[in-house]
Amino acid sequence: MSKPIKQIHLAAHFPGVNSTTVWSDPQSGSQTDFKSFVHLAQTAERGKFDFFFLAEGLRLREHRGKIFDLDVVGRPDSLTVLAALAAVTDRIGLAGTLNTTFNEPFELARQFATLDHLSGGRAGWNAVTSPDAFTGENFRRGGFLDFEKRYERAAEFIQTVRQLWDTWGDDPLAPNANTPFSHHGTEFEIDGNFDVPRSPQGWPVQIQAGDSDGGRELAAQYSDVIFSGHSGYSEGQAFYTDVKARLAKYGRTHEDLKIIPAAVAVVGDTDDDAKELAAYIRQQQVSPQGAIAFIEQIWGRDLSGYDADGPLPDFDPDVDGGLSITRGRVRHVKDPVTVAAKWRQIAEAKQLSIRQLVIEVTTRSAFVGSASTVATLINQYVQDDAADGYIFVPHLTPHGLDRFVDEVVPLLQERGVFRSEYEGTTLREHLDLGKAVAGSERSTLASTEA
Amino acid sequence: MTSRQLHLGVSLDGAGAHPGAWQLPGIAESLPDPARLVQLALTAERGLLDFVALDDSYDPPVGTSVPFRLDALLSLARVAPATSSIGLLATVTTTHTEPFHTSKNVATLDLVSGGRGAWRVAVSTTPEAAARFGRKGVQPLDELWEEAADSIEAVARLWDSWEDDAVIRDQPTGRYLDRDKVHYVDFEGRFFSVRGPSITPRPPQGQPLVAVAADDPFASAVAAGRADLIIVNAFDADSARQRREALRSDIESAGRNPDDVSILIAVNVGEDAFRSQLGAAPVATTLDLVGSANRVAEVLGEWFNAGAADGFLLQPDALPHTLDWLVDDVVPVLQQAGIFRTAQPAPTLRDRFGLATPQNRYAEVAP
Repeated sequence: MSKPIKQIHLAAHFPGVNSTTVWSDPQSGSQTDFKSFVHLAQTAERGKFDFFFLAEGLRLREHRGKIFDLDVVGRPDSLTVLAALAAVTDRIGLAGTLNTTFNEPFELARQFATLDHLSGGRAGWNAVTSPDAFTGENFRRGGFLDFEKRYERAAEFIQTVRQLWDTWGDDPLAPNANTPFSHHGTEFEIDGNFDVPRSPQGWPVQIQAGDSDGGRELAAQYSDVIFSGHSGYSEGQAFYTDVKARLAKYGRTHEDLKIIPAAVAVVGDTDDDAKELAAYIRQQQVSPQGAIAFIEQIWGRDLSGYDADGPLPDFDPDVDGGLSITRGRVRHVKDPVTVAAKWRQIAEAKQLSIRQLVIEVTTRSAFVGSASTVATLINQYVQDDAADGYIFVPHLTPHGLDRFVDEVVPLLQERGVFRSEYEGTTLREHLDLGKAVAGSERSTLASTEA
Repeated sequence: MTSRQLHLGVSLDGAGAHPGAWQLPGIAESLPDPARLVQLALTAERGLLDFVALDDSYDPPVGTSVPFRLDALLSLARVAPATSSIGLLATVTTTHTEPFHTSKNVATLDLVSGGRGAWRVAVSTTPEAAARFGRKGVQPLDELWEEAADSIEAVARLWDSWEDDAVIRDQPTGRYLDRDKVHYVDFEGRFFSVRGPSITPRPPQGQPLVAVAADDPFASAVAAGRADLIIVNAFDADSARQRREALRSDIESAGRNPDDVSILIAVNVGEDAFRSQLGAAPVATTLDLVGSANRVAEVLGEWFNAGAADGFLLQPDALPHTLDWLVDDVVPVLQQAGIFRTAQPAPTLRDRFGLATPQNRYAEVAP
């Protein structure tokens, strides 16, 4: 029985505020100049990618009580950059993260509807939840949200902005084109008239990235795209099967939610050349200082006296404090003592220094090889339902995707699994998503109780 | 020696300032189209104007104006890469918004425009605006402007929270950032507190220009204390001159140099031959200047030379028509009179208004 050949979806992630981004390389350009954003977005558009993506964090990370200074720090506002990029691109989708905790539905709905108008229907919103009081110190309401409530708020937020987007008919000048909205729920109690006419996509593309059960469920119910960290083959298939199976109960089909893990591609002249290059990049990504800071997160104390080229500490981590010494980033380390023991075991068995150990335990699955190998692997993964496509996170700003676009994309095009030209004009079209709710159904949605 | 020069900004709101403008054929349909806005900004740029302005509000539209509008700051960000020298003044309100977001939004407008960004501060006065957010009730005007002043202070600190040379990329120590050059702002006020630092590095202008319309005593006080551009309504040159003198005195009392602040009179402008097509005249809240190009230029020159204004925020009757006319017919008369520039203005908006990049408040000054 032959399965239809899937078309691959590709997206580009501007290198962000984390240790993936290599700033120490001579080729590394500005992380904040507008030109860097223009180059990467235009490169991705040249490669006919579905969309370009900007992440966001609303508080600078801290480590041992001070601003973390070893990784790239700082970025401009995502929405403003995306609106500017709409001027220098024509087709590529423009997606960004906005937080559901530290924004309000009216403002956010207005901003994304505006971006959708400004870009001719290319806007996408990655909804993230961050209830932490640390970030809240930058905002009026502070850290007001309970951790358990983050997905409830995100769900109500998404429902509410859709309600606002749906208050306009397709012709903004028709009599009674706009219906007032009224939303009275747990998180939001708002009424009035929404003041941006219906945008080209109706609903900008909805993206979500949560990996927990609640996050997956939220995505299954509302998202058009889900990001994940599961770029490997079998873990990708497991995630894919799990998430797609959740769609039916919301009356959605497999086509309605695209699974696009974050991935790394290292392209070399030959497979061996690429492997060497990948190892070199990993060295660059884990500096000696970065390696020490990384293990400090597990040991929970100052280890600045340790040599990154020497062995791991031979004592157990502090478990008394309970408070992470790194703030502003997500870590899922449950039992530091066990993790440390496991790391010491690995380091001993393989004779690894601290830095080598950190490289070993933080290296994720990546597409490494000649252009032909990388194209073959990506296609195989997608056809075998490990993903619907990938969002590539280059390690260098702004040229990190150049080689992929020049060498890998043409091979995917030759094999008939990736577009040679954009067929549609909107991001929904690039992603093969149906239209948002049609006009006739909209009026019934304008007033809801959540 | 160059004589004192006039500053001109132009509003690109909706279909134009005249309520009849958006009823003109083909206009209303084109309003959400970014190509239209870019074209208008390019026209203003061709006329060597100082800036274009887009207003914004969470209060519902009044009267017969267009019943919708897009986010002003994002719209001007869309214009930025398509233009090269025109200033971009976006209104962002302070009543229901987060100073932290406003700070990075305006900083980024400044970034994507290469130092052409400016922020017009406004408040939300109506119960309708409050109901759209559902976080608080309507506040009295004095309180709204007290909150706006706090917002300006928090935003200004956040803009300075990164020193210009904070990114060091120091290979030997593995440090990307010199964290001693990135600062907590610790703003604490009656309405909110903000810890900082910003997530966004200092914008190209250091401090993008801040504009306030001095429409009431509370707004006027904030304008005198904080604004680089003060927008004033006035009906005649004499009262405008008195108003300007009073504001300059208030600016001085606030401990600032009045010459660092430009007072711009908001003026509705129209070409007499075209005005008749637009129907009944707008309800005037400020000077309604209708006439031939020569007459309009003459009045602007008179006000300027009489010390009634440092410049004008022109509010054209209808877009694009009245803007085309301003650029093609009115500006040349002002240039001939020697009161308006004939060459490309300075690259950043601060330069254009004769303002140096301010010292960062957190930077240690070398002894």
